[in-house]
Amino acid sequence: MKALCYNGKYDLRVERVPDPEILNPRDAIIKVSKTAVCGSDLHLINGYIPTMKEGDIIGHEFMGEVVETGKGVTNLKKGDRVSVAATISCGHCNYCSTGSYSLCDNSNPNAFMPEKIMGDSPAAIFGYTHSFGGYAGGHAEYVRVPFADVGMFKVDERLTDEQAVFLGDAFPTGFMGADMAGIQPGDTVAVWGCGGVGQMAIQSAFLLGAERVIAIDREPSRLETARRVGRAETLDFSKVDVLEALREMTGGRGPDRCIDCVGLEAVDDSAQYYYDKAKQFLGLEIDRAIVLRQAIMACRKGGTVSILGVYAGFVDSVPMGAAMNKGLTFKMGQLHAQKYIPRLMEYVANGQADTSFLATHSLSLEEGMKGYDMFNKRTDDVMRVVFTP
Amino acid sequence: MAKTTDLAKSGIIDMAPVDPIASGSSRINIGETERYISVGGGALLTTVGLKTGGFGGLMLTALGGYLVYRGATGYCAVSHSLNRDTSEEKTETDVLEISKSLTINKPRAEVYAFWRKLENLPKFMQHLESVTEHDNKRSHWVAKVSTGNKIARALPAVEWDAEIVEEDENSRIVWRSVPGATVDNSGEVRFVDAPGNRGTEVHATIKYRAPEGIVGEAVLKLLNPALKQMVKEDIRRFKRLLEAGEIPTLEGQPSGREKEGEAFYKKQPTQHKEYEGVVL
Repeated sequence: MKALCYNGKYDLRVERVPDPEILNPRDAIIKVSKTAVCGSDLHLINGYIPTMKEGDIIGHEFMGEVVETGKGVTNLKKGDRVSVAATISCGHCNYCSTGSYSLCDNSNPNAFMPEKIMGDSPAAIFGYTHSFGGYAGGHAEYVRVPFADVGMFKVDERLTDEQAVFLGDAFPTGFMGADMAGIQPGDTVAVWGCGGVGQMAIQSAFLLGAERVIAIDREPSRLETARRVGRAETLDFSKVDVLEALREMTGGRGPDRCIDCVGLEAVDDSAQYYYDKAKQFLGLEIDRAIVLRQAIMACRKGGTVSILGVYAGFVDSVPMGAAMNKGLTFKMGQLHAQKYIPRLMEYVANGQADTSFLATHSLSLEEGMKGYDMFNKRTDDVMRVVFTP
Repeated sequence: MAKTTDLAKSGIIDMAPVDPIASGSSRINIGETERYISVGGGALLTTVGLKTGGFGGLMLTALGGYLVYRGATGYCAVSHSLNRDTSEEKTETDVLEISKSLTINKPRAEVYAFWRKLENLPKFMQHLESVTEHDNKRSHWVAKVSTGNKIARALPAVEWDAEIVEEDENSRIVWRSVPGATVDNSGEVRFVDAPGNRGTEVHATIKYRAPEGIVGEAVLKLLNPALKQMVKEDIRRFKRLLEAGEIPTLEGQPSGREKEGEAFYKKQPTQHKEYEGVVL
């Protein structure tokens, strides 16, 4: 089969690799119909997250048709059209049984690797680093889905492929950000980053009762989408002082809930940004926590900072004094996709939410590197590139 | 002074399994000088063998490996069968100990029952080939020594008999190897209810006796971190087998490292250096 393989920093190639096979009873094989790029893939191909190997098949947002199931998969059958959770979870450990699927104890065959760095192992993620399992990803014609009885969801007939593909990651991640924020009726929610996850966090904040959502980015097209599709007010951080603007827009209080949908590759034009870049270059710091710092400073006293943007290592100059004395709550984590997918599928099916607008570009798998290149540079007003293998 | 990670000795956990009886590998029948020569010569052969490759290289590697083993343990099966003994004095050697705990989201009786059926152990203990239960107490254990090649299989098998010496249903199993084992070992596994219906805590301790003499002890102590990781991974596989019903694996999955043909495309040119936002 054809698969998009990592071959080193900023080097992806479509290669012919063996077809996947059922290796465990709870495995399934699906024929991929749509597979999308994600911002966290950029962290991998830009070389920020260690333990990638040459030849790894990347991609964690995908959907397709079931072609084979192991004997342990009885709730789905050959021919089913399915959306697949980006995180791989066993469904039975203490974490999975309480809905914290991305903290699964059992899905990561390389658990010893993150244990050395983090003290514990999170769940595995498709097409990610070896520290996160090293499973072959979805940018391929076929993919093996481990624990398929828990991680695959039969797609409602009312959903198009362009809608369903984003049920694996973008929508559940954005929704989880709003869910973790603990939004109360009447709240004002600030969302940093208007990529796929940010756009879905905006829609989710309204679904969960927010009165206002203020979205922050610098790409005019993404801000426009946040206004048009998400009904958010917007701030262009390249043009205004975000902290001052948020204060003014909220009558001096600050937003009640702040959602970081950016993570470790944040950019701006401040001195702090160049300080972070210099430290990253010297290997003294892995993550640029520009958005995290801003969210802490912006958030109202007693508010919540909800972190979806990926952080990989150590951050510098986080204003912990402000966080502590303002009585903030921090909530964060990788998506618990399996917990949210059925509910979100229903939202899309009955028209309460939409995901299809994220798919701004449709390319073949052979154009994989081109797709990631334009996604990385935000050219041609790209939101997300969807590949058809 | 360095902090200890040996929690059993530090008194943090209360484990008192029986010590392994000194026999087998901790019994020495090769003298010190002969052992140094055996280790040195064996290491050289192994290195040359690995560099040479092919069938000849494999032969050298296997022979070298056996000489290292023989020198390190001080026990030679060939010498033993010839009643040859070049060692001088006999002393009991250090007992090395590895402990590992994990919580399994299953009822205690179920977790205990799976372990107590010793024939289940090779399902999650990677270094075990098989365990055969003779009766309620005695069992025969066979370790994996080879990856399946003929030469390695010609080497003496690593196997031993073990007996259960203490047992409390649903809470504790203590076993040890009976005299004559290749590596004298003993162990205890305890099953405790985790608080708040979080399942069962499994506390396992494995002890093994370093073979007699400086070389044997040094080699086993060097191996100890690797053995510790092995025990840890074994307990983790036990948890995974019970909770998830299978042990997750990557063996056999596709990647660009096992190419069937040429890359579809050569490296594609990009101009990412122009974008200052993301790339350093």
